Amino acid sequence: MSSVSTAHSVVEPSRTSKRIAASIVIIYAVITMIPLLWIVLTSFKSPPDSISYPPKIVFQPTLEGYCNLFTTRTRQTPDYIASLGEPTSTCDEITRSRNMVIAGASNYWPRFQNSLVIAFGSTFLAVSLGTFAAYGFSRFKIPLAEDLLFFILSTRMMPPIAVAIPIYLMYRQLGLSDTALGMILLYTAVNVSLAVWLLKGFIDEIPREYEEAAMIDGYTRMQAFFKVVLPQATTGIAATAIFCLIFAWNEYAFAVLLTSGAAQTAPPFIPTIIGEGGQDWPAVAAGTTIFVVPILVFTILLRKQLLRGITFGAVRK
Amino acid sequence: MAEIRIEKLRKQFGAFSAVENSSFVVHDGEFLALLGPSGCGKTTTLRMIAGLELPTDGKIFLGGEDVTFNRARERDIAFVFQLFALYPHMNVRKNIGFPLLAQGVAKAEIRARVEETAKLLQIDHILDRSVSGLAGGDRQRVALGRAIVRRPKCFLMDEPLGTLDAEFRDLMVRELRELHNRIRATTVYVTHDQLEAMAMADKIAVMNHGVIEQFGTPQEIYNRPATMYVADFIGSPPMNFLRFTAGLQKGTRSVVVDGVEISMPEIHQDLAEGELALGVRPEDISFNDASPLRGAVFGSEYHGTNQIVAVEMGKGLVKARVPADQNFRIGETVGLELNREKLSLFDCTSGRSVASSRFVEHRHG
Repeated sequence: MSSVSTAHSVVEPSRTSKRIAASIVIIYAVITMIPLLWIVLTSFKSPPDSISYPPKIVFQPTLEGYCNLFTTRTRQTPDYIASLGEPTSTCDEITRSRNMVIAGASNYWPRFQNSLVIAFGSTFLAVSLGTFAAYGFSRFKIPLAEDLLFFILSTRMMPPIAVAIPIYLMYRQLGLSDTALGMILLYTAVNVSLAVWLLKGFIDEIPREYEEAAMIDGYTRMQAFFKVVLPQATTGIAATAIFCLIFAWNEYAFAVLLTSGAAQTAPPFIPTIIGEGGQDWPAVAAGTTIFVVPILVFTILLRKQLLRGITFGAVRK
Repeated sequence: MAEIRIEKLRKQFGAFSAVENSSFVVHDGEFLALLGPSGCGKTTTLRMIAGLELPTDGKIFLGGEDVTFNRARERDIAFVFQLFALYPHMNVRKNIGFPLLAQGVAKAEIRARVEETAKLLQIDHILDRSVSGLAGGDRQRVALGRAIVRRPKCFLMDEPLGTLDAEFRDLMVRELRELHNRIRATTVYVTHDQLEAMAMADKIAVMNHGVIEQFGTPQEIYNRPATMYVADFIGSPPMNFLRFTAGLQKGTRSVVVDGVEISMPEIHQDLAEGELALGVRPEDISFNDASPLRGAVFGSEYHGTNQIVAVEMGKGLVKARVPADQNFRIGETVGLELNREKLSLFDCTSGRSVASSRFVEHRHG
């Protein structure tokens, strides 16, 4: 047994309590995984399988959901379909078996791209602004610093949707409705408060001596910031970036209200898939599955920083 | 290398006065230790010389040039921090070369100078190691390397040995002094450890509550403390004070403590009736049964080569450093003899020493 003790566990926990803790964690993980697993399974089901009752656990997997997600289709007579040559792709074949032909690409991919641009764009802006602001609050004597920080935090206390109507009217006046720029600015504004607070904590932990050493060594404060502070704040920046990204990626309410076409993101688009030719649950599930992938990859890559971000304040060196 | 001249330096943090009216000169190539307890203003003084804090009042000259309001990077000084401030994202070589990079020195020359510096400090074998894995002593050497690679006008060090364990500390004290002897760089060294200051410094400034109590060589500070504070702060155990009330005339050669006349160096000033203290170092006390100055042995501490014997004198304990082979019983009455030549006299009201033939007040500046 190691003799290392932390502030939380002075005594090494017993084997039984460890087992109990482990089972609770596993049960909780399974419960949270079920909806995700259900969606992934549904995305590979055929439409009849997806609505059968009792739900099918074992089924013949098909790519129909994914085909329907990425294409628009029109119904044709069997004669017409027979007159076409050999099917050009798996999707073509699946579509024809339903007495339909592919008419063109659906809007899913452009909406997904919008999501990428808006989420990453706003995250980049919020984290950049937040880093500078946090550095300022951390290192300089700012008049009313405490009040300013509280004001920044207070922007998070009201549910964002409460200001949806004024923002909608403002955006219409400014020509920002349904533009990627408008959405980036909006998400940046919401995220910047979180970014400032999280990053201030991380930067507070970096001793001032590092910048002071660099400034004595002949660098300007700006150079010292970029060469010495920033490299040490990467963990904090990564953790903050994930939180901002998850918010911007998942945001639904503003997206529904402020985007409808050119700048529409994936979250408001996915439910509209249901309407196209009956209740196409596999296509909806496929859209959701693909939508989850980027955030999943990001989170797995940066899980250590994320954990540090969540336990922020509780674990200090 | 350059001389550092501080004139009437003052620093106020809100209502708190961190440094008050300090003036001193560190001559070219000299090693000055700023010594005092925490919160005495020694680090603030150092940071003002570095340009990390701006003084409220006063002037700072580096090599004759007024740098009071210059930015840190324009002063051409090197600073060694207490926690070393080694950049964790760079290896040893990059850390040492970092100041040269700022000056736009060519890559080949940076390489050569970093290697030369590393050889001087005997860390050339760890140049490509990450700084996070280094032992305390090596971190210290890398921090020093980063300071000396630039050949700055002066070195400022803020308790650089504070975090090292005792064994390393002794080693580094020797290394630092040897390094100073070799490169003769003007150095200001902040510490709360009198042994470090005594062992390394050419001059010591003892600070308390933002005021420089005394500025002088280690010998002057130890043998002729200017104030009771310095006498009490320096030395382990510190100087003993025998308090008495008297008025004295210039030319007096003895004082009366507890009815016992004690001869001492000639007093050079007149003193009105008031509380005085006779100061004597533990090593200037010996035991002599014939002496009329008597007390009861309270206890003794064995130190190997000598022992510290505490004697109850009625007005408090007096500690004497005597050879370890003498034996005492607790409670035994002993006679104390004071080394007449080494006695100091203090005015308890002002806390300052009284001028005597032994101690002529030295003004620095």
